Amino acid sequence: MAAEEVKLLKTWSSRFGLRVVWALKLKGIQYDAIDEDLSNKSALLLQYNPVYKKVPVLVHNGKPISESLVILEYIDETWKQNPILPEDPLEKARERFWAKFNDEKLLPSIWGAFTKEGKEREEAIAAAVENLKFVEEELKGKKFFGGEKIGLADLAFGWLAYLICVFDEVTGFKIVDERYPLLLAWMQEFSQLPIAKDNCPPHDKLVIKYQALYEKLHPAK
Amino acid sequence: MAEEVKVFGAWGSPFSRRVELALKIKGVKYEYIEEDVYGNKSPLLLKYNPVHKKIPVFLHNGKPIAESLVIVEYIEETWKGNPILPEDPYEKAMARFWAKFVDEKCLPALWTAGFSPENERAKAAEEACECLKTLESALNGKRFFGGDTVGLVDIAANFIGYWLRLIQEATGHDLLSAEKFPALFKWSDEFVSCSVVKDSLPPRDKLLAFFKARFAGAAQTNASN
Repeated sequence: MAAEEVKLLKTWSSRFGLRVVWALKLKGIQYDAIDEDLSNKSALLLQYNPVYKKVPVLVHNGKPISESLVILEYIDETWKQNPILPEDPLEKARERFWAKFNDEKLLPSIWGAFTKEGKEREEAIAAAVENLKFVEEELKGKKFFGGEKIGLADLAFGWLAYLICVFDEVTGFKIVDERYPLLLAWMQEFSQLPIAKDNCPPHDKLVIKYQALYEKLHPAK
Repeated sequence: MAEEVKVFGAWGSPFSRRVELALKIKGVKYEYIEEDVYGNKSPLLLKYNPVHKKIPVFLHNGKPIAESLVIVEYIEETWKGNPILPEDPYEKAMARFWAKFVDEKCLPALWTAGFSPENERAKAAEEACECLKTLESALNGKRFFGGDTVGLVDIAANFIGYWLRLIQEATGHDLLSAEKFPALFKWSDEFVSCSVVKDSLPPRDKLLAFFKARFAGAAQTNASN
Protein backbone atom coordinates (compact mmCIF):
# COMPACT_ATOMS: atom_id res chain seq x y z
CA MET A 1 0.00 0.00 0.00
CA ALA A 2 1.38 3.42 -0.89
CA ALA A 3 2.36 5.52 2.12
CA GLU A 4 -0.34 8.09 2.76
CA GLU A 5 0.71 11.48 3.98
CA VAL A 6 -1.92 13.27 6.02
CA LYS A 7 -1.15 16.52 7.80
CA LEU A 8 -3.48 18.76 9.75
CA LEU A 9 -2.67 22.39 10.40
CA LYS A 10 -4.65 23.63 13.41
CA THR A 11 -4.23 25.28 16.80
CA TRP A 12 -4.48 23.67 20.24
CA SER A 13 -7.85 25.36 20.84
CA SER A 14 -9.41 25.75 17.38
CA ARG A 15 -12.96 24.43 17.49
CA PHE A 16 -12.95 24.03 13.73
CA GLY A 17 -9.67 22.14 13.77
CA LEU A 18 -11.02 19.88 16.46
CA ARG A 19 -13.86 18.72 14.21
CA VAL A 20 -11.30 17.47 11.75
CA VAL A 21 -9.35 15.73 14.53
CA TRP A 22 -12.54 13.95 15.63
CA ALA A 23 -13.28 12.83 12.06
CA LEU A 24 -9.74 11.54 11.54
CA LYS A 25 -9.83 9.69 14.89
CA LEU A 26 -13.27 8.26 14.11
CA LYS A 27 -11.90 6.76 10.91
CA GLY A 28 -8.62 5.68 12.46
CA ILE A 29 -6.51 7.80 10.09
CA GLN A 30 -2.90 8.48 11.03
CA TYR A 31 -1.90 12.09 10.62
CA ASP A 32 0.71 14.68 11.56
CA ALA A 33 -0.69 17.52 13.64
CA ILE A 34 0.94 20.90 13.13
CA ASP A 35 -0.14 23.45 15.74
CA GLU A 36 0.04 26.99 14.42
CA ASP A 37 0.64 30.22 16.27
CA LEU A 38 -1.97 32.46 14.66
CA SER A 39 -0.15 35.60 15.79
CA ASN A 40 2.78 34.41 13.72
CA LYS A 41 1.39 32.38 10.84
CA SER A 42 3.81 29.93 9.26
CA ALA A 43 4.87 30.15 5.63
CA LEU A 44 3.32 26.70 5.23
CA LEU A 45 -0.12 27.92 6.35
CA LEU A 46 0.01 30.93 4.06
CA GLN A 47 1.04 28.69 1.19
CA TYR A 48 -1.66 26.09 1.85
CA ASN A 49 -4.52 28.52 2.57
CA PRO A 50 -3.76 31.75 0.71
CA VAL A 51 -7.45 32.68 0.46
CA TYR A 52 -8.35 32.71 4.17
CA LYS A 53 -4.96 32.22 5.87
CA LYS A 54 -6.78 30.22 8.56
CA VAL A 55 -6.78 26.83 10.23
CA PRO A 56 -7.73 24.08 9.85
CA VAL A 57 -6.03 22.95 6.66
CA LEU A 58 -5.87 19.27 5.77
CA VAL A 59 -3.01 18.28 3.50
CA HIS A 60 -3.42 14.87 1.84
CA ASN A 61 -0.43 13.67 -0.15
CA GLY A 62 0.65 17.27 -0.60
CA LYS A 63 -2.77 18.62 -1.64
CA PRO A 64 -4.31 21.18 0.75
CA ILE A 65 -8.00 21.57 1.60
CA SER A 66 -9.46 24.38 3.73
CA GLU A 67 -12.82 25.08 5.38
CA SER A 68 -13.68 22.51 8.02
CA LEU A 69 -17.00 21.31 6.57
CA VAL A 70 -15.41 20.90 3.13
CA ILE A 71 -12.58 18.95 4.80
CA LEU A 72 -15.04 16.70 6.65
CA GLU A 73 -16.86 15.79 3.43
CA TYR A 74 -13.52 15.11 1.73
CA ILE A 75 -12.45 12.83 4.57
CA ASP A 76 -15.77 10.97 4.35
CA GLU A 77 -15.42 10.43 0.60
CA THR A 78 -11.80 9.38 0.79
CA TRP A 79 -11.89 7.00 3.77
CA LYS A 80 -15.07 4.93 3.73
CA GLN A 81 -15.01 3.34 7.20
CA ASN A 82 -17.26 4.78 9.94
CA PRO A 83 -19.18 7.12 7.61
CA ILE A 84 -19.99 10.65 8.74
CA LEU A 85 -22.72 11.13 6.14
CA PRO A 86 -25.59 8.73 5.41
CA GLU A 87 -26.20 7.19 1.98
CA ASP A 88 -29.68 8.62 1.53
CA PRO A 89 -29.59 12.04 -0.23
CA LEU A 90 -32.39 13.49 1.91
CA GLU A 91 -30.69 12.49 5.16
CA LYS A 92 -27.43 13.83 3.78
CA ALA A 93 -29.16 17.14 3.01
CA ARG A 94 -30.49 17.27 6.56
CA GLU A 95 -26.99 16.78 8.04
CA ARG A 96 -25.58 19.51 5.78
CA PHE A 97 -28.44 21.88 6.66
CA TRP A 98 -27.80 21.55 10.40
CA ALA A 99 -24.02 21.73 10.10
CA LYS A 100 -24.53 24.98 8.19
CA PHE A 101 -27.01 26.19 10.80
CA ASN A 102 -24.41 25.76 13.52
CA ASP A 103 -21.73 27.59 11.57
CA GLU A 104 -23.87 30.43 10.24
CA LYS A 105 -26.41 30.96 13.02
CA LEU A 106 -25.91 29.18 16.34
CA LEU A 107 -22.17 29.56 16.83
CA PRO A 108 -22.06 33.25 15.80
CA SER A 109 -24.99 34.08 18.11
CA ILE A 110 -23.40 32.42 21.14
CA TRP A 111 -20.04 33.96 20.26
CA GLY A 112 -21.79 37.33 20.01
CA ALA A 113 -23.25 36.83 23.48
CA PHE A 114 -19.70 36.24 24.75
CA THR A 115 -17.91 39.03 22.90
CA LYS A 116 -20.39 41.89 22.58
CA GLU A 117 -21.73 44.49 24.97
CA GLY A 118 -24.94 46.38 25.61
CA LYS A 119 -27.67 46.26 22.95
CA GLU A 120 -25.60 44.08 20.59
CA ARG A 121 -25.17 41.53 23.36
CA GLU A 122 -28.90 41.52 24.10
CA GLU A 123 -29.61 40.91 20.42
CA ALA A 124 -27.06 38.10 20.27
CA ILE A 125 -28.59 36.43 23.31
CA ALA A 126 -32.09 36.71 21.82
CA ALA A 127 -30.83 35.16 18.57
CA ALA A 128 -29.07 32.38 20.50
CA VAL A 129 -32.27 31.57 22.39
CA GLU A 130 -34.19 31.30 19.08
CA ASN A 131 -31.45 29.20 17.51
CA LEU A 132 -31.17 26.87 20.51
CA LYS A 133 -34.93 26.27 20.34
CA PHE A 134 -34.58 24.97 16.78
CA VAL A 135 -31.66 22.77 17.72
CA GLU A 136 -33.59 21.34 20.69
CA GLU A 137 -36.52 20.58 18.36
CA GLU A 138 -34.25 18.78 15.92
CA LEU A 139 -33.01 16.43 18.66
CA LYS A 140 -36.52 15.11 19.46
CA GLY A 141 -36.50 11.32 19.44
CA LYS A 142 -32.80 11.13 18.65
CA LYS A 143 -29.67 10.32 20.59
CA PHE A 144 -27.46 12.22 18.19
CA PHE A 145 -28.22 14.60 15.29
CA GLY A 146 -27.17 11.68 13.09
CA GLY A 147 -29.56 9.28 14.85
CA GLU A 148 -27.98 6.33 16.66
CA LYS A 149 -24.48 7.32 15.56
CA ILE A 150 -22.79 10.69 15.19
CA GLY A 151 -22.58 12.37 11.81
CA LEU A 152 -21.56 15.63 10.17
CA ALA A 153 -24.01 17.74 12.18
CA ASP A 154 -22.79 16.26 15.51
CA LEU A 155 -19.21 17.10 14.58
CA ALA A 156 -20.31 20.64 13.72
CA PHE A 157 -22.21 21.09 17.01
CA GLY A 158 -19.51 19.25 18.97
CA TRP A 159 -17.85 22.43 20.22
CA LEU A 160 -20.86 22.95 22.51
CA ALA A 161 -19.97 19.82 24.44
CA TYR A 162 -16.69 21.20 25.79
CA LEU A 163 -16.74 24.97 25.25
CA ILE A 164 -20.13 26.06 26.60
CA CYS A 165 -19.13 25.18 30.16
CA VAL A 166 -16.01 27.33 29.69
CA PHE A 167 -18.13 30.29 28.57
CA ASP A 168 -20.51 29.69 31.51
CA GLU A 169 -17.63 29.77 33.94
CA VAL A 170 -16.00 32.87 32.47
CA THR A 171 -19.14 34.96 32.01
CA GLY A 172 -21.15 33.68 34.96
CA PHE A 173 -24.08 33.42 32.56
CA LYS A 174 -25.55 30.08 31.50
CA ILE A 175 -26.72 30.18 27.91
CA VAL A 176 -27.59 26.50 27.42
CA ASP A 177 -29.80 26.06 30.45
CA GLU A 178 -32.63 23.75 31.58
CA ARG A 179 -34.83 25.04 28.76
CA TYR A 180 -32.87 22.70 26.52
CA PRO A 181 -32.87 19.27 28.19
CA LEU A 182 -32.31 17.33 24.94
CA LEU A 183 -29.34 19.48 24.01
CA LEU A 184 -27.85 19.13 27.48
CA ALA A 185 -28.28 15.33 27.22
CA TRP A 186 -26.67 15.36 23.77
CA MET A 187 -23.73 17.37 25.13
CA GLN A 188 -23.24 14.69 27.80
CA GLU A 189 -23.44 11.85 25.27
CA PHE A 190 -21.07 13.56 22.88
CA SER A 191 -18.48 14.36 25.51
CA GLN A 192 -18.47 10.69 26.58
CA LEU A 193 -17.57 9.46 23.10
CA PRO A 194 -14.00 8.12 22.92
CA ILE A 195 -13.09 10.60 20.15
CA ALA A 196 -14.25 13.52 22.29
CA LYS A 197 -12.99 12.29 25.68
CA ASP A 198 -9.47 11.72 24.41
CA ASN A 199 -9.26 14.72 22.12
CA CYS A 200 -10.59 17.85 23.76
CA PRO A 201 -8.40 20.76 24.76
CA PRO A 202 -7.77 20.87 28.53
CA HIS A 203 -10.63 22.66 30.33
CA ASP A 204 -8.37 24.71 32.62
CA LYS A 205 -6.23 25.94 29.76
CA LEU A 206 -9.41 26.97 27.88
CA VAL A 207 -10.72 28.86 30.92
CA ILE A 208 -7.47 30.81 31.15
CA LYS A 209 -7.57 31.63 27.46
CA TYR A 210 -11.20 32.74 27.36
CA GLN A 211 -10.99 34.55 30.68
CA ALA A 212 -8.16 36.66 29.27
CA LEU A 213 -10.11 37.31 26.07
CA TYR A 214 -13.26 38.22 28.00
CA GLU A 215 -11.40 40.71 30.19
CA LYS A 216 -9.82 42.26 27.13
CA LEU A 217 -13.22 42.66 25.43
CA HIS A 218 -15.07 43.84 28.52
CA PRO A 219 -12.61 46.00 30.49
CA ALA A 220 -13.81 46.73 34.01
CA LYS A 221 -15.04 50.29 34.10
CA MET B 1 -43.60 6.58 -10.77
CA ALA B 2 -44.88 10.15 -10.68
CA GLU B 3 -42.31 12.39 -9.08
CA GLU B 4 -43.44 15.50 -7.34
CA VAL B 5 -40.86 18.26 -7.57
CA LYS B 6 -41.64 21.80 -6.46
CA VAL B 7 -39.58 24.95 -6.04
CA PHE B 8 -40.70 27.84 -3.85
CA GLY B 9 -38.80 30.90 -5.05
CA ALA B 10 -38.83 34.58 -5.88
CA TRP B 11 -38.52 35.79 -9.48
CA GLY B 12 -35.52 38.03 -8.81
CA SER B 13 -33.67 35.83 -6.31
CA PRO B 14 -30.33 34.39 -7.45
CA PHE B 15 -30.72 31.76 -4.73
CA SER B 16 -33.94 30.20 -6.01
CA ARG B 17 -32.65 30.59 -9.60
CA ARG B 18 -29.65 28.40 -8.61
CA VAL B 19 -32.05 25.60 -7.79
CA GLU B 20 -33.99 26.09 -11.04
CA LEU B 21 -30.73 26.07 -13.00
CA ALA B 22 -29.62 22.80 -11.42
CA LEU B 23 -33.00 21.22 -12.28
CA LYS B 24 -32.80 22.48 -15.86
CA ILE B 25 -29.28 21.09 -16.27
CA LYS B 26 -30.59 17.71 -15.13
CA GLY B 27 -33.73 17.95 -17.25
CA VAL B 28 -36.01 17.53 -14.22
CA LYS B 29 -39.59 18.78 -14.55
CA TYR B 30 -40.80 20.85 -11.61
CA GLU B 31 -43.61 23.07 -10.46
CA TYR B 32 -42.61 26.61 -9.55
CA ILE B 33 -44.38 28.59 -6.84
CA GLU B 34 -43.68 32.31 -6.60
CA GLU B 35 -43.46 33.63 -3.05
CA ASP B 36 -44.12 37.22 -2.06
CA VAL B 37 -40.99 37.59 0.02
CA TYR B 38 -41.29 41.31 0.69
CA GLY B 39 -44.97 41.20 1.50
CA ASN B 40 -46.61 38.04 2.70
CA LYS B 41 -44.80 34.77 3.12
CA SER B 42 -47.19 31.88 2.54
CA PRO B 43 -48.14 29.47 5.35
CA LEU B 44 -46.64 26.67 3.24
CA LEU B 45 -43.25 28.41 3.13
CA LEU B 46 -43.29 28.93 6.88
CA LYS B 47 -44.28 25.27 7.35
CA TYR B 48 -41.55 23.94 5.05
CA ASN B 49 -38.78 26.25 6.26
CA PRO B 50 -39.59 27.14 9.86
CA VAL B 51 -35.92 27.71 10.74
CA HIS B 52 -35.02 30.38 8.17
CA LYS B 53 -38.48 31.25 6.74
CA LYS B 54 -36.79 31.93 3.38
CA ILE B 55 -36.83 30.86 -0.22
CA PRO B 56 -35.74 28.76 -1.93
CA VAL B 57 -37.49 25.71 -0.55
CA PHE B 58 -37.30 22.51 -2.54
CA LEU B 59 -39.96 19.84 -2.21
CA HIS B 60 -39.36 16.31 -3.47
CA ASN B 61 -42.27 13.94 -3.03
CA GLY B 62 -43.45 16.01 -0.09
CA LYS B 63 -40.07 16.25 1.68
CA PRO B 64 -38.74 19.82 2.05
CA ILE B 65 -35.12 20.97 1.82
CA ALA B 66 -33.86 24.52 2.41
CA GLU B 67 -30.60 26.40 1.68
CA SER B 68 -29.82 26.72 -2.03
CA LEU B 69 -26.43 24.98 -2.13
CA VAL B 70 -27.71 22.13 0.09
CA ILE B 71 -30.59 21.77 -2.37
CA VAL B 72 -28.25 21.83 -5.39
CA GLU B 73 -26.12 19.05 -3.87
CA TYR B 74 -29.31 17.06 -3.20
CA ILE B 75 -30.34 17.48 -6.84
CA GLU B 76 -26.87 16.33 -7.95
CA GLU B 77 -27.11 13.18 -5.83
CA THR B 78 -30.69 12.35 -6.77
CA TRP B 79 -30.58 12.82 -10.55
CA LYS B 80 -27.36 11.40 -11.94
CA GLY B 81 -27.27 12.76 -15.53
CA ASN B 82 -25.20 15.83 -16.48
CA PRO B 83 -23.14 15.94 -13.28
CA ILE B 84 -22.53 19.31 -11.61
CA LEU B 85 -19.68 18.05 -9.42
CA PRO B 86 -16.52 16.16 -10.40
CA GLU B 87 -16.04 12.51 -9.39
CA ASP B 88 -12.65 13.00 -7.81
CA PRO B 89 -12.94 13.80 -4.08
CA TYR B 90 -10.20 16.46 -4.21
CA GLU B 91 -11.71 18.25 -7.21
CA LYS B 92 -15.10 17.99 -5.52
CA ALA B 93 -13.63 19.58 -2.38
CA MET B 94 -12.20 22.42 -4.47
CA ALA B 95 -15.61 23.03 -6.06
CA ARG B 96 -17.28 23.12 -2.64
CA PHE B 97 -14.57 25.45 -1.32
CA TRP B 98 -15.11 27.95 -4.13
CA ALA B 99 -18.91 27.74 -3.95
CA LYS B 100 -18.65 28.56 -0.22
CA PHE B 101 -16.24 31.42 -0.99
CA VAL B 102 -18.75 32.91 -3.41
CA ASP B 103 -21.57 32.66 -0.88
CA GLU B 104 -19.75 33.78 2.24
CA LYS B 105 -17.31 36.37 0.90
CA CYS B 106 -18.09 37.52 -2.65
CA LEU B 107 -21.82 38.03 -2.45
CA PRO B 108 -21.93 40.06 0.77
CA ALA B 109 -18.96 42.17 -0.37
CA LEU B 110 -20.50 42.84 -3.78
CA TRP B 111 -23.91 43.72 -2.35
CA THR B 112 -22.36 46.12 0.17
CA ALA B 113 -20.22 47.72 -2.53
CA GLY B 114 -23.25 48.15 -4.77
CA PHE B 115 -25.47 49.90 -2.26
CA SER B 116 -23.26 51.40 0.39
CA PRO B 117 -23.29 55.16 1.08
CA GLU B 118 -20.84 57.39 -0.79
CA ASN B 119 -18.36 57.72 2.06
CA GLU B 120 -18.08 53.94 2.51
CA ARG B 121 -18.05 53.07 -1.19
CA ALA B 122 -14.31 53.14 -1.87
CA LYS B 123 -13.50 50.74 0.95
CA ALA B 124 -16.40 48.42 0.09
CA ALA B 125 -15.39 48.43 -3.59
CA GLU B 126 -11.81 47.55 -2.66
CA GLU B 127 -12.97 44.56 -0.64
CA ALA B 128 -15.32 43.45 -3.41
CA CYS B 129 -12.53 43.69 -5.98
CA GLU B 130 -10.24 41.58 -3.79
CA CYS B 131 -12.94 38.90 -3.80
CA LEU B 132 -13.34 39.08 -7.57
CA LYS B 133 -9.59 38.86 -8.06
CA THR B 134 -9.41 35.76 -5.86
CA LEU B 135 -12.38 34.17 -7.60
CA GLU B 136 -10.89 34.87 -11.01
CA SER B 137 -7.80 32.87 -10.00
CA ALA B 138 -10.04 29.83 -9.55
CA LEU B 139 -11.02 29.95 -13.24
CA ASN B 140 -7.44 29.14 -14.20
CA GLY B 141 -7.91 29.32 -17.97
CA LYS B 142 -11.12 27.29 -18.00
CA ARG B 143 -14.27 28.24 -19.84
CA PHE B 144 -16.42 27.59 -16.78
CA PHE B 145 -15.45 26.95 -13.15
CA GLY B 146 -16.78 23.45 -13.79
CA GLY B 147 -14.50 23.01 -16.82
CA ASP B 148 -16.25 22.57 -20.17
CA THR B 149 -19.69 22.61 -18.65
CA VAL B 150 -21.47 24.60 -15.94
CA GLY B 151 -20.82 23.17 -12.48
CA LEU B 152 -21.49 23.88 -8.81
CA VAL B 153 -19.28 26.97 -8.64
CA ASP B 154 -20.79 28.47 -11.79
CA ILE B 155 -24.25 27.92 -10.33
CA ALA B 156 -23.21 29.47 -7.02
CA ALA B 157 -21.69 32.44 -8.85
CA ASN B 158 -24.84 33.14 -10.90
CA PHE B 159 -25.20 36.46 -9.08
CA ILE B 160 -21.81 37.53 -10.40
CA GLY B 161 -22.58 36.31 -13.91
CA TYR B 162 -25.86 38.16 -14.32
CA TRP B 163 -27.21 40.13 -11.37
CA LEU B 164 -23.98 42.03 -10.76
CA ARG B 165 -23.83 43.33 -14.33
CA LEU B 166 -27.33 44.74 -13.94
CA ILE B 167 -26.52 46.28 -10.56
CA GLN B 168 -23.54 47.96 -12.21
CA GLU B 169 -25.79 49.33 -14.95
CA ALA B 170 -28.31 50.59 -12.38
CA THR B 171 -25.78 52.23 -10.06
CA GLY B 172 -23.14 53.33 -12.56
CA HIS B 173 -20.45 51.74 -10.38
CA ASP B 174 -18.36 49.14 -12.14
CA LEU B 175 -16.76 46.43 -10.08
CA LEU B 176 -16.54 43.64 -12.64
CA SER B 177 -15.04 45.09 -15.83
CA ALA B 178 -13.26 43.55 -18.78
CA GLU B 179 -10.21 45.68 -18.02
CA LYS B 180 -9.86 44.72 -14.37
CA PHE B 181 -10.97 41.07 -14.54
CA PRO B 182 -10.75 39.88 -18.16
CA ALA B 183 -11.14 36.16 -17.43
CA LEU B 184 -14.03 36.61 -15.02
CA PHE B 185 -15.76 39.08 -17.32
CA LYS B 186 -15.46 36.63 -20.21
CA TRP B 187 -16.82 33.90 -17.95
CA SER B 188 -19.89 36.01 -17.15
CA ASP B 189 -20.60 36.39 -20.89
CA GLU B 190 -20.16 32.65 -21.44
CA PHE B 191 -22.36 31.91 -18.45
CA VAL B 192 -25.35 34.00 -19.51
CA SER B 193 -25.16 32.86 -23.15
CA CYS B 194 -25.23 29.22 -22.16
CA SER B 195 -28.66 27.98 -23.32
CA VAL B 196 -29.61 26.18 -20.11
CA VAL B 197 -28.64 29.24 -18.07
CA LYS B 198 -30.38 31.74 -20.37
CA ASP B 199 -33.71 30.00 -19.78
CA SER B 200 -33.35 30.24 -16.02
CA LEU B 201 -32.58 33.94 -15.62
CA PRO B 202 -35.04 36.62 -14.50
CA PRO B 203 -36.16 39.08 -17.22
CA ARG B 204 -33.51 41.74 -17.78
CA ASP B 205 -35.70 44.85 -17.86
CA LYS B 206 -37.69 43.86 -14.80
CA LEU B 207 -34.53 43.16 -12.78
CA LEU B 208 -32.81 46.34 -13.97
CA ALA B 209 -35.86 48.40 -12.95
CA PHE B 210 -35.80 46.69 -9.56
CA PHE B 211 -32.15 47.59 -8.98
CA LYS B 212 -32.64 51.17 -10.16
CA ALA B 213 -35.46 51.59 -7.65
CA ARG B 214 -33.39 49.93 -4.94
CA PHE B 215 -30.42 52.16 -5.64
CA ALA B 216 -32.58 55.27 -5.58
CA GLY B 217 -34.10 54.11 -2.31
CA ALA B 218 -30.67 53.42 -0.80
CA ALA B 219 -29.38 56.81 -1.94
CA GLN B 220 -32.34 58.50 -0.26
CA THR B 221 -31.76 56.61 2.99
CA ASN B 222 -28.05 57.36 2.90
CA ALA B 223 -28.65 61.04 2.14
CA SER B 224 -30.94 61.43 5.12
CA ASN B 225 -28.50 59.71 7.55
